[in-house]
Amino acid sequence: MSDPAVDPEEVRHVADLARVDLADDEIERFTEQFVDILDAFEALDDVPETEREADLSNVMRPDETRESLSQEEALQNASDTEEGQFKGPKVS
Amino acid sequence: MTEYNGYVTDETIEGADDGPLADKTVAVKDNISTEGVRTTCGSAMLEDYVPPYDATVVERLKDAGATIPGKTNMDEFGMGTTTETSAFGAVENPAAEGRVPGGSSGGSAAVVAAGDADLALGSDTGGSIRCPAAFCGVVGIKPTYGLVSRYGLVAYANSLEQVGPIAPSVEGAAELLDVIAGPDEHDATTQEAPEADGSYAAAADGDVDGLSIGVPTELLDGADEAVVETFWDAMDDLEAQGASYHEVDLPSVEHAVEAYYVIAMSEASSNLARFDGVRYGQSGGYDGNWNESFANAREEGFGEEVKRRVLLGTYALSAGYHDKYYKKAQDARAWVKQDFDEALDDADVLASPTMPVPPMKRGESLDDPLTMYLADANTTPVNLANLPAISVPAGETNDGLPVGLQLVGPAFGEREIIRAGSALA
Repeated sequence: MSDPAVDPEEVRHVADLARVDLADDEIERFTEQFVDILDAFEALDDVPETEREADLSNVMRPDETRESLSQEEALQNASDTEEGQFKGPKVS
Repeated sequence: MTEYNGYVTDETIEGADDGPLADKTVAVKDNISTEGVRTTCGSAMLEDYVPPYDATVVERLKDAGATIPGKTNMDEFGMGTTTETSAFGAVENPAAEGRVPGGSSGGSAAVVAAGDADLALGSDTGGSIRCPAAFCGVVGIKPTYGLVSRYGLVAYANSLEQVGPIAPSVEGAAELLDVIAGPDEHDATTQEAPEADGSYAAAADGDVDGLSIGVPTELLDGADEAVVETFWDAMDDLEAQGASYHEVDLPSVEHAVEAYYVIAMSEASSNLARFDGVRYGQSGGYDGNWNESFANAREEGFGEEVKRRVLLGTYALSAGYHDKYYKKAQDARAWVKQDFDEALDDADVLASPTMPVPPMKRGESLDDPLTMYLADANTTPVNLANLPAISVPAGETNDGLPVGLQLVGPAFGEREIIRAGSALA
């Protein structure tokens, strides 16, 4: 496989996709570790295509209203709320 | 609190006056929701998170009369094999000084091993019940996928994980399984187990006469010599009680640990997206661009192992890499399942060492994540195959380190592995 080696730019890009603002020393450490870990994952290239027997069935219930958490309970762990809703950061 | 740091929170939750667990204390892993009692998942992100509802398994514990003495320490979000990644500090192994207790349910296994709780609940995504049970010299059961409700379990990799019991004896673990098992309308992946005679606890009769045990050679290759020796001693013990064993080949398991990590990390990258500092977690008070404020909150709230897995999962699912990693891992998962099903056509249960190594020294795993991942080689295949497995104490190495023996059964074959395990513990 002609894989591009993982470099700090790629780690930074993935961190951006994952919404984690990594510090520079973390980027450096992760780059080194990801080379080894992704190299180990290369072993999956040898796995034959295998048919997946889907042993699945749908689980249904009547679409009826029933008791649920109150709005207050659902919001109790938010760091900031306003008028019964989650409050996010101010958009500048 | 305990001197080995077993609990994150030691608030007592009282159960009903009567019930099968009325005289028992059952510690609960801190990723299982308890109404009104904080549930941190071992993460700074959820340091102040107080669930507004009980997990189904906690409801069942309370209905059964159990007293919950506290919430046990764990690797952050279940991500670890040593219980050293908790934001609330590492847990020490009460059964082996200077060694890790195993993970990620290290607190649960430690409080049982130390006798500070009668029983405990853990969760097992790739070995997180069986590994600490093995390292602390106690019993742990990872149930068949779908036997126990995950409602209220904070998700790490939901296609792989189950809640299960940890106890000093197989019978004790089986009694706790009797309480928590069974379908739940809040978890659509639960199902009714096929009808069988008697409770799980009744299956702990130690009768292994005529039991046929398959031993997958791949799970012994590369294992530590002292572990292998202790394993065969325990197998001799089972043989002396009337069981027989034969070697089996499971070529697929050579790739299981890599497939497990690709799938678990991919699911984690999605499951942990909810921790953005707005709906849950620490916001850090950042304003401005939403993506940047989320990224700041997540950088501060997550520990290094969690970030590593979220990033690798994001990578494995990203455009251009999905087929190479995620799709191949799903092929491996199907292959592992086939292999196990075939091996279990010719054997009642399969046996291996639970962990290929004795408990590691504290502090030596953190800088080498890949080596830590590879230690899960014997436990992860079982999660990929959705099967039940038990870890029972097999004995100790010459250095006095606990070794666990893992028994794997067919889907919903909990009684078989309980019966076989009860011949040893």
